[in-house]
Amino acid sequence: MLMKLFTDFMGWVDKRLPVTDAWNKHLAQYPAPKNFNFWYFFGSLAMLVLVNQILTGIWLTMNYEPSGDGAFASIEYIMRDVDFGWLLRYMHSTGASAFFVVVYMHMMRGLMYGSYQKPRELLWIFGMLIFLVLMAEAFMGYLLPWGNMSYWGAQVIISLFGAVPIIGDDLTLWIRGDYVISGATLNRFFALHVIAMPLVLVILVFLHILALHEVGSNNPEGIDIKKPKGSVKPEELSKFTFHKQYSEKYDIVDAVPFHPYYSVKDIMGVAGFLFLFCWVMFFAPEGGGYFMEAPNFTPANGLKTPEHIAPVWYFGPFYTILRVVPDKLLGAVAMFGAIVMLFALPWFDRGTVKSVRYRSKLHLVNLIQFAICFVVLGALGTMPATPTANLIGVIASFGYFGFFIALWFYSKNENTKPVPERIAD
Amino acid sequence: MSNVPVNNGRRRFLTAATAVVGGVGVVGAAVPFIASWNPSARAKAAGAPVEVNVGKIQPGQLIRAEWRGKPVYVVRRTEKTVSELAKHDDQLRDPNSEKAQQPEYATNAYRSIKPEFLVALGVCTHLGCAPTHHGGDFDQFVEGVPNGFFCPCHGSKFDMAGRVFQGVPAPLNLVVPEHSFVNDDTLLIGVSQGDA
Repeated sequence: MLMKLFTDFMGWVDKRLPVTDAWNKHLAQYPAPKNFNFWYFFGSLAMLVLVNQILTGIWLTMNYEPSGDGAFASIEYIMRDVDFGWLLRYMHSTGASAFFVVVYMHMMRGLMYGSYQKPRELLWIFGMLIFLVLMAEAFMGYLLPWGNMSYWGAQVIISLFGAVPIIGDDLTLWIRGDYVISGATLNRFFALHVIAMPLVLVILVFLHILALHEVGSNNPEGIDIKKPKGSVKPEELSKFTFHKQYSEKYDIVDAVPFHPYYSVKDIMGVAGFLFLFCWVMFFAPEGGGYFMEAPNFTPANGLKTPEHIAPVWYFGPFYTILRVVPDKLLGAVAMFGAIVMLFALPWFDRGTVKSVRYRSKLHLVNLIQFAICFVVLGALGTMPATPTANLIGVIASFGYFGFFIALWFYSKNENTKPVPERIAD
Repeated sequence: MSNVPVNNGRRRFLTAATAVVGGVGVVGAAVPFIASWNPSARAKAAGAPVEVNVGKIQPGQLIRAEWRGKPVYVVRRTEKTVSELAKHDDQLRDPNSEKAQQPEYATNAYRSIKPEFLVALGVCTHLGCAPTHHGGDFDQFVEGVPNGFFCPCHGSKFDMAGRVFQGVPAPLNLVVPEHSFVNDDTLLIGVSQGDA
């Protein structure tokens, strides 16, 4: 009886909006390679964290006061006087760090399995745009508590735009809206943080997924599961029913429908993730001073730079690249260049073999050194600027940029292994 | 399409004209959105000069004043410090203060009106942090120079005239703001001699 009511209702809706069709196309009949490993958790986890940030963010705005006079006190108010305010805030602040953890893992997955290569260039670029907006979002969010590290962190990053020739000083003035960072800056950052950036982020995530489903998911083997129509014997085709948008154009092999196979698998990932997330949130919400830095427990003071100023850990790699260049303009160029390199990755890699499993030893070594350099740069970014740290930073920066340059040279005629036709059982 | 009675020339003209007029409209509409980010009239007005009593500063001591929301360092340099300024000229980016980081009356060997008083913005010319004053132990950063400023953010170094050392991220000497002395003990930051 109830079931019939539901079927009738969905029939009524489907005549007016293709809900069932969309459900099938993107979930129940979306062909996903059967060999996803744990690296494939991080895309869905990133979406989970995005939802967490939006939800807790909305609730935080209900008690936060975006003004130079009231911001710091309103955070204390949320922490002490609002029922469960502390929990909402820690969910949001821990979520920010968790966001970058899963996004960096998600990007590393793409690097390992060549998920940025043709035909997934646009998918990769949408992903990079998400990363860029996410960094802007996190940076603006960090100003809002109006602690002393908020203030000086923003001072440093906004001053970066002063390195732009000719218009630099006017540009920083325009961004700040005042001669120093003030309530005017705080208010506009608040507006961008809670409305503009999240809106852009959600649209980009939508496009990212749309582009993914157009070209199809890559997998750890880097083998395409969509074969030319008519090239596969009927008994070798995947036994599952896939949406006609995919099955009419291609013969699909070695695939399972995303739902329920990977929706269930991803729930496992969510459980594991939430276990770690909650542990940090409840037992170490300040992340040992890396998620919330000590100077941020005193109000913003424009006359006193904290003894040791460091960005939150997730900006570390790019901050170190900025810092090791002994020139203001070139430092800023190098920092932004580090991100531009990532954008251009699909064109640095001239190879056709996707997965590191079938690529040369040289590529494996290059990838490992890149990952190590990235972690080292990140660690250095949270440490004081000593001559030794600087030297290591210079070496790691060369490693970072060297990854792309070397890739361009060796990928043209790389000594790769033969890639199998099909994904093994 | 070709059989449809359409004047293609007129259609093209109308499309282009609509696009141009629409484009102008978009640019015009963008102006208030962009201009609203400029400092407001209130922010512009809040920039009055400040007075500082320098009579009680001990030799070698630094005090901070606030002017336009920025820290201003006022240091009473000892005679020894002043005499040592010329010793490390070869390690500086701009030893003779040729870049316009100071008013004309401070474009001299001490970058100040009176040799004993340094008045400089405590804002690193790299990315705007406040450099830390190291009196006596600066030689850990630059050998043979006992006093100076070290920026904790990115390691830029300045001497006791606010002149930047080579090989650091900061490109320019610290800014010396307009200032003047009302009398021997009173410093006025933000106004040059004779302007008030």
